[in-house]
Amino acid sequence: MTAAATARPGFFTRLADDERWLMRLMIAPTIIYIVALVGYPFFLSLYYSVTDIHIGTRTLNFVGLKNYQNIMESGAFWTALKNTFVFTIVSQLLVLVLAKILAMALVKDFRGKWLVRFLILLPWVAPISMGSIGWLWIFDSIYSPINWVLRWAGLLGPNQWPIWLGQPDLAMGSIIAVHVWRMLPLATVIILAGLSSIPQDIHDAADVDGAGFWRKLFTVTIPLVMPILLVALLFGTVFTFTDMIVIFVLTRGGPYDTTQVLASLAFFTGIQGSDLSEGAAISLFLFPVLVAIAIAFLRMARRAEVT
Amino acid sequence: MSAGWYRAQRAAGAVGHFGVLATFVTFLAFPFYWMLITTFKTTQDLHDTKNNPFIFNDPPTLHHIRVLFEDTAFIQWLINTAWVGVLVVIITLVFALPAGYSLARATGRWSQMLAIGIFLTYLVPPTILFIPFARIIANLGLQNSLWSLVLVYPSFTIPFCTWLLMGFFKAIPRDLEDAAMIDGLSRFGAFVRVVIPISVAGVLTVVIFTFTLVTQEFVYGVTFITTSSNYTVSVGVPTFLVRGDVYFWGSMMAAALIASLPIAVLYNFFVERFVVGFTVGAVK
Repeated sequence: MTAAATARPGFFTRLADDERWLMRLMIAPTIIYIVALVGYPFFLSLYYSVTDIHIGTRTLNFVGLKNYQNIMESGAFWTALKNTFVFTIVSQLLVLVLAKILAMALVKDFRGKWLVRFLILLPWVAPISMGSIGWLWIFDSIYSPINWVLRWAGLLGPNQWPIWLGQPDLAMGSIIAVHVWRMLPLATVIILAGLSSIPQDIHDAADVDGAGFWRKLFTVTIPLVMPILLVALLFGTVFTFTDMIVIFVLTRGGPYDTTQVLASLAFFTGIQGSDLSEGAAISLFLFPVLVAIAIAFLRMARRAEVT
Repeated sequence: MSAGWYRAQRAAGAVGHFGVLATFVTFLAFPFYWMLITTFKTTQDLHDTKNNPFIFNDPPTLHHIRVLFEDTAFIQWLINTAWVGVLVVIITLVFALPAGYSLARATGRWSQMLAIGIFLTYLVPPTILFIPFARIIANLGLQNSLWSLVLVYPSFTIPFCTWLLMGFFKAIPRDLEDAAMIDGLSRFGAFVRVVIPISVAGVLTVVIFTFTLVTQEFVYGVTFITTSSNYTVSVGVPTFLVRGDVYFWGSMMAAALIASLPIAVLYNFFVERFVVGFTVGAVK
């Protein structure tokens, strides 16, 4: 098309040279795609949440806030809401602390660093549904290698045999462990990028002033990587808060809803339970938190612009 | 203090450093070791609780891999994934290349807000959109068809890749295009013949990311696709091989490993760029 356009001056040539219109035309398809496949479904979701739509029905009636009322009155929703927050906050705190430690260990040069890096990145780069299957087998009720090691080390009594995914008191911890495992590599590389961007002069200056390891950590390193730490936290929060894959593969929300989160509850209600309207209403509760995260992002972007 | 003390302190530091790394590597890589060893163990070995589970107590076997390839639709799932992946990569490039360029060259407040807006749509998760999509896909008659995935996956690959490419294009000096335009190319011609060829690294990054995002996607796949022969790998392995009372652990671990490793190796080369894409918006 370009060859033809350059050969004969006509509509396309004029268009291809008209800076302003060309730029608009080049971005228009992307905007249309996003509006059609992100914006439209989102508003459809708002609309469905105030109707009685089900999978397989042709008719659809306006029911007002009845779905929201139903949700509010169901115990499962409140459990899921609480679980979502517990599971996101605890796993993100752990990820931040662990990623900071790991990134500091990786900043140094040592032999075989590429191999260590590759192994450390595996949980993030491999499809999470595959990683979750690996954990399903690790947490197996009979053949769990964790139990084997604990028994071997003498830490388990004769009648003790924890069932990691089946006991209400252990399931949430197991799910959190898998999420930490999954998000840790990403947070680590993000923080690592921040750490390596600190100029060596600053470290030297702190050394000359006689600052020790901890003092340097809290007064130099952490404040300097704070913005990038926040980036890691924001992404981690979004991915953890809205995830349902790990729970879908490992526990399906069980035992007794102890690991049910909003995203998985929306799936089981809306898709497997065919109640699209109530599923839509549940999943929309994810949205306010995402908006808050987006605002935090925008503010950081603005600050970066100013400085 | 003496040199001996200093040396001892350094040695302690090195041991500590090694300890930290060893602990993390064990935690992060263990599931993959576990997949690997399970893949090649005999079923009898797997099911004997008296055995040390970390080593081969029986000689390794290829039985589970044979079952995976001969008795399940695994190969079909691989083909489906590759097919969807290739199509989504093409669609993403067609949309994101011009969009990224337009955003990189445009000036003014509006385009900046647009760029951030596009990036933020990447944060809208499938778990909010899958319910309306279930209906949209049904209305389009695409349920249980791979085309549903081809249609929907670009909704998350295009925003992120547009953002990534914008960063790449911004790094290309405007003078190059101006020179090309003096030589008789139009602005668009300069984009196609000058800018894209020198952005091979950017295009390659987008290809890899789009492909890995497609292989990792699960929520839409499990929502739209209902028959085993149309699954992609990431949906097929955990849903089809787990169903029923019998768990084919050996074959499942083989499937997980085979589906993970090539993607992991590819992605590993590009992870730095990915991080740049993540952080460029917030921290310059």
